[in-house]
Amino acid sequence: MATALAKAADGVQAVEHAARIEHVSKSFAGPAGQQLVLDDITLDVAPGEFVTLLGASGCGKSTLLNLVAGLDKPTAGSITTDGRPALMFQEHALFPWLTAGKNIELALKLRGVPKNERRGRAEELLELVRLKGSYGKRVHELSGGMRQRVALARALAQESKLLLMDEPFAALDAITRDVLHDELTRIWSETEVSVLFVTHNVREAVRLAERVVLLSSRPGRVAREWTVDIPQPRRIEDAAVAELSVEITEELRGEIRRHGQH
Amino acid sequence: MASTETKADGAVKDDVKGAVKGGNDLAGLEAGLDALETVQSGRTPFRQTFVQKILPPLIAIALVLVLWQALISFNVVDDPTKLPSPGDVWGEIEDAWLQGTLLGYIWTSVSRGLLGFLLALAIGTPLGLLVARMKFLRAAIHPILSGLQSLPSVAWVPPAVIWLGLNDQMMYAVILLGAVPSIANGLVSGVDQVPPLFLRAGRTLGATGLKGTWHIVMPAALPGYVAGLKQGWAFSWRSLMAAEIIASSPDLGVGLGQLLENGRNTSSMSMVFLAILLILIVGIAIDLLIFSPLERWVLRSRGLLVRN
Repeated sequence: MATALAKAADGVQAVEHAARIEHVSKSFAGPAGQQLVLDDITLDVAPGEFVTLLGASGCGKSTLLNLVAGLDKPTAGSITTDGRPALMFQEHALFPWLTAGKNIELALKLRGVPKNERRGRAEELLELVRLKGSYGKRVHELSGGMRQRVALARALAQESKLLLMDEPFAALDAITRDVLHDELTRIWSETEVSVLFVTHNVREAVRLAERVVLLSSRPGRVAREWTVDIPQPRRIEDAAVAELSVEITEELRGEIRRHGQH
Repeated sequence: MASTETKADGAVKDDVKGAVKGGNDLAGLEAGLDALETVQSGRTPFRQTFVQKILPPLIAIALVLVLWQALISFNVVDDPTKLPSPGDVWGEIEDAWLQGTLLGYIWTSVSRGLLGFLLALAIGTPLGLLVARMKFLRAAIHPILSGLQSLPSVAWVPPAVIWLGLNDQMMYAVILLGAVPSIANGLVSGVDQVPPLFLRAGRTLGATGLKGTWHIVMPAALPGYVAGLKQGWAFSWRSLMAAEIIASSPDLGVGLGQLLENGRNTSSMSMVFLAILLILIVGIAIDLLIFSPLERWVLRSRGLLVRN
C-alpha cells in the first residue's frame, strides 16, 4: 500500500483502470428546475474486469454510460478512460446501407486501419462472433441475435480497452439472450477487454459480471456492490446465480420501495 | 467499496453445472438459432410481376382509349377541332415519325430537361446539405426554399425572358428555380429523418464533423434525397414545358412545348394532343427508367421495401 502511494505521489503510477469515474454528478434542466440524475458516483473499472451496473428505471444508468462514452459531459466530477471506449446499444445501431462486413470495416476505417487489412480483420471479427460467411449480408437479412453479434463485432473492431454495453440484449427473446450471454462471456475471456454492462435484469447482471454495482434511483447513487465469485462459464439457471440474484433483488426492491413512501 | 460483499468460494462451485459444456455445443446452438430466424428472400418470378405490376396500368390505358373512341363513335363530341379521335392522333405520330421530326422534338426537350436537372442537382445538393447542417442557414433559407417549392415555376418565365432573353439560358434558369428547392428540401428532410441513434453510433465509432457527414449523415439521408430527386425531376420537366409553351422563338428549336403551341396556332387539335401525349410519356418514361429503379434499389438494400 505504501509503495503504491509513493508511486502515485511520483506521478509514475501506471494506468490501473479501464475507466475511473470520480464524484460524478449530472443534472438536466427539467420542468421543475434542475433535476439531479446522478449524484456523486465514484466507480473504477479495472483492466479486463466485467462490471454490471444494475438499477431500476430512473437510476440514470444509461446517462452514466453516455458520460463514460463521452457523448455527454458530467455536471461535476471527472471521468477518465484508457482511450475512447466502444459502445453497444439496446438497438443494434448497425447502418442499414452497409453489409454486415462493411459495418465492421467502417469502424476499422475510422480507426485508421489501412484499406488492405480491413477485409481480413472484418472476417476475423465475424468469425469471433460465429458469423463466418455473413460478410455480405444486409442488416435486414439478419435475425435479432445475429444483428447484436455483428454490433458486438463492430464494437470490438474499435479495439478499445473498454466496452460499454447499454442493455444490449434486452430486446432479444430469452433463448437468444441466453446464448449471447455465453457468447459474451467467451469473447470477454478470450480478449483483454473490460466491460461495463448496464442492465435492469438482476439475473443477467449476476450471470455475466465479476462485480455487480447497484444504483439507487432519483438521483442515481451507488447503493451497494457485490463481488461475484461464481466461476465462469455460468448458467443463468445455476443455483448460485439464483441465490445471489435473490439477495440483490431484495436490495433492489428495497430501493424501489423507498420511492413510494413519500 | 465499503459495501462490497464476497461470497464464499467453496459453497458455490458445486452448483455450477454449466462449466462442463463445450464450445462446439454453443456454436451448434447458435447456428440453429440463426437458421431458424433468418428470413429467406428471393426475386419474384416475372409472371407474377407482369400480372401484378404491368398488366393493371395497361388495362387502365386501354380503358381510357376505348372511352375516348366511344366519345367520338357515339357522337358525344362530334367536333374534331375540340376532340380528335385516337386514330387522328396516331396519324399525327406516324407523320412526324415518317418526316423524321418526332425524335427531334423529344430530344430537344429531353436534353434540355436532363441538363437542367443535372445543374439543379449540382446546386441543390450542397445547398441542401448546408441548410440541413448549419443552424443559421436553416433559419434563414429553409422557409424560403419551402415557399419556393409551392410557387409555380411558370411564374419565373416572364422575368427570366426579360433578364436573359429568348434563349436556352432562360430555359435553364426556369428549370433551376423549379428543381433546386425540391432537391435541397428533399435532402434537408432526409437529414432531419436520420435516426439520432445512427449519429450516436457514428460518434462512438469516431465519425464526427465532415467524416460524420460523409459516412453517416449522407448515406442515412439517401432515401429522402432520392425522393427529392424524383420530385426535382418532375418540377424540372414541368418548368421546362411551361417555358417552352410561353417563350417560343425560331432560334430555340422545336421542343414538345413549342409543338403544343404550334398545334394551337394552327388549330390542329391532333397536334396538341400529340404534344400532350409525348410530354406525359417522356415524364413517365424518365421516372420509370431512372428514378423509380434508383428509389427501389435504395429502399430494397435497406430492407425498407415490403413485399406482399
